[in-house]
Amino acid sequence: MISAHLPVLQVVVPLVAAPLIVLLRRGLVGYVLAMAASAFVAGSALSLLADVWHGGVISYAIGNWPPPWGIEYRIDAANAFVLALLGVIAVVVAAYARRSVAAEVPAEQHYLFYAMYCLCLAGLVGITVTGDAFNVFVFLEISSLSSYVLIAFGRDRRALLASYQYLILGTIGATFIVIGVGLLYMMTGTLNIADMAARIGAVEARRPVLAALAFLTVGISLKAALFPLHLWLPGAYAFAPSAVSAFLAATATKVSLYVLLRFYFTVFGATFVFDALPMGGVLIALSVAAMFVASATAVFQADFKKLLAYSSLGQIGYITLGIGFASKAGLTGGVVHLFNHAVTKGALFMLAGAVALRLGSVRLDRMDGLAKAMPLTCAGIVLGGLSLIGVPGTAGFVTKWYLVLAALEAGSWTLAFVPVASSLLAVAYVWRFVEVAYFRPPSAEVARLSEAPPGLLLPAGALLVAVVYFGIDPSLTVGAAARAADALLAGIR
Amino acid sequence: MSAFGHFSYWITMFLLAAGLYIVIARGHLVKKLVGLSIFQTSVYLLYIAPGKLVGGTAPIISDKFTVYSNPLPHVLILTAIVVGIATLALGLALVVRIREAYGSAEEDEILAQDERAARDARAT
Repeated sequence: MISAHLPVLQVVVPLVAAPLIVLLRRGLVGYVLAMAASAFVAGSALSLLADVWHGGVISYAIGNWPPPWGIEYRIDAANAFVLALLGVIAVVVAAYARRSVAAEVPAEQHYLFYAMYCLCLAGLVGITVTGDAFNVFVFLEISSLSSYVLIAFGRDRRALLASYQYLILGTIGATFIVIGVGLLYMMTGTLNIADMAARIGAVEARRPVLAALAFLTVGISLKAALFPLHLWLPGAYAFAPSAVSAFLAATATKVSLYVLLRFYFTVFGATFVFDALPMGGVLIALSVAAMFVASATAVFQADFKKLLAYSSLGQIGYITLGIGFASKAGLTGGVVHLFNHAVTKGALFMLAGAVALRLGSVRLDRMDGLAKAMPLTCAGIVLGGLSLIGVPGTAGFVTKWYLVLAALEAGSWTLAFVPVASSLLAVAYVWRFVEVAYFRPPSAEVARLSEAPPGLLLPAGALLVAVVYFGIDPSLTVGAAARAADALLAGIR
Repeated sequence: MSAFGHFSYWITMFLLAAGLYIVIARGHLVKKLVGLSIFQTSVYLLYIAPGKLVGGTAPIISDKFTVYSNPLPHVLILTAIVVGIATLALGLALVVRIREAYGSAEEDEILAQDERAARDARAT
């Protein structure tokens, strides 16, 4: 009975939890409610993924108003995969947040932090499940506004400026998305994504449709931090509280990329975007630029969290490269990297938070000999780093395998070489940490430190187990991603 | 005629470009938010204008009326206005906090302070 309402409940539960936490004004109650809401989202997401695993679409009419008149929540293999990712990451980050937030946020603000966390989760889940284009914008703003607040919780005053800059760029991005949706609404007369897809081919005036595509591409790219629209990201990730960095790095940009996939493949259709227009080439060019420029910038960062943030930009390039191929192998690689990068970077930001907790800083020049004092944390960072590089046996390798396959399928040896070459840059920035932490004698400051508490290590460890497990046996993630790719390519081709 | 027929779009485009220009060109954080508001407002116009038909009324079924305006864009924009206000409020709250932390709301000055702090951190 209740399970029929899961599509809407997983948005409603965190959305209701947020004001409840604010009313109760207790940090511990806030934590319990946030954890419960995350666990509920994870449970329902996994059950929905199982429901749509063998094809099929779940359509939920809000308030029993049948689509396209009412708002529809629509779940297929593509968004069920993203949803499952969101749920799992939300639970793990919530588990990590207890200890981490206690150390980084003043006690009287804890309940506000957890309220914002629930709102952010509700927004991200909403973007993912909705089948209504205007709804995407509304949920995007719910998640964005709450993430600006989450970033501003950072202890460093630079967090405030990073949050402000993200607010300006994020709002420009969201407004561009509304303009695109508005143009599509004018031309098709509908806001329902499936209905829009059915009608867009019959639109005779192509110029507004082109303009809509342009506005949506730029707007979503801003939110997804696709190179060169990434300027907000490094500051936001570097100065946010550790739990927020881990959560946003693992989910926010991924959900934006899902929106890009949805508009490109379901609404506009791959024929229009990739065959009639050169968007594939544009995406591939920007992805290659992201992989090299952002990864090269990462090598020269003094701040470890900034290094990870720039590395994220390069990794987003892998995902958009897969999208740019617009083939089954390419999309599988891109979609599976949504997951692979989320668990890898989530774990790395958590461990960076563990270093920040003990050392009080994440500057690389203060980490001399850190591996002696914090062996588990450092080993975890190295393992995560190996996945960023794409060493066989880690999740990162699986992605690169599919991207290389897709490039060869597209007949381009140069592009097959690109993910491999950018891995060398990843080796360089991961090595910087290894060199400092393992091959330098511990400074007096570092020698006094003890290992990070289990409250931080266990959640990060759980994600690292996923990194290794899905690196050795990727049948589950790749299977889900291949189904997602099929669902996306099933649009008008 | 056609250029005049699209005059609401011209106004939209002007507001859009003007708002975006202010966001980029102004260094004062509050002025940037003013530009951002103008930019967002232009989109309200973009939605509302095509919903209006000359001589159209609210969509009430009656023998007396044959031409109706589309009410949906108004509802959508009501939501967008709420979002816009929330964004502006949060933006201004952040500027207040930034001014408390840095003693300035000028972007150049704040960045210069950050740079000085970073140089001092490297020196020690």
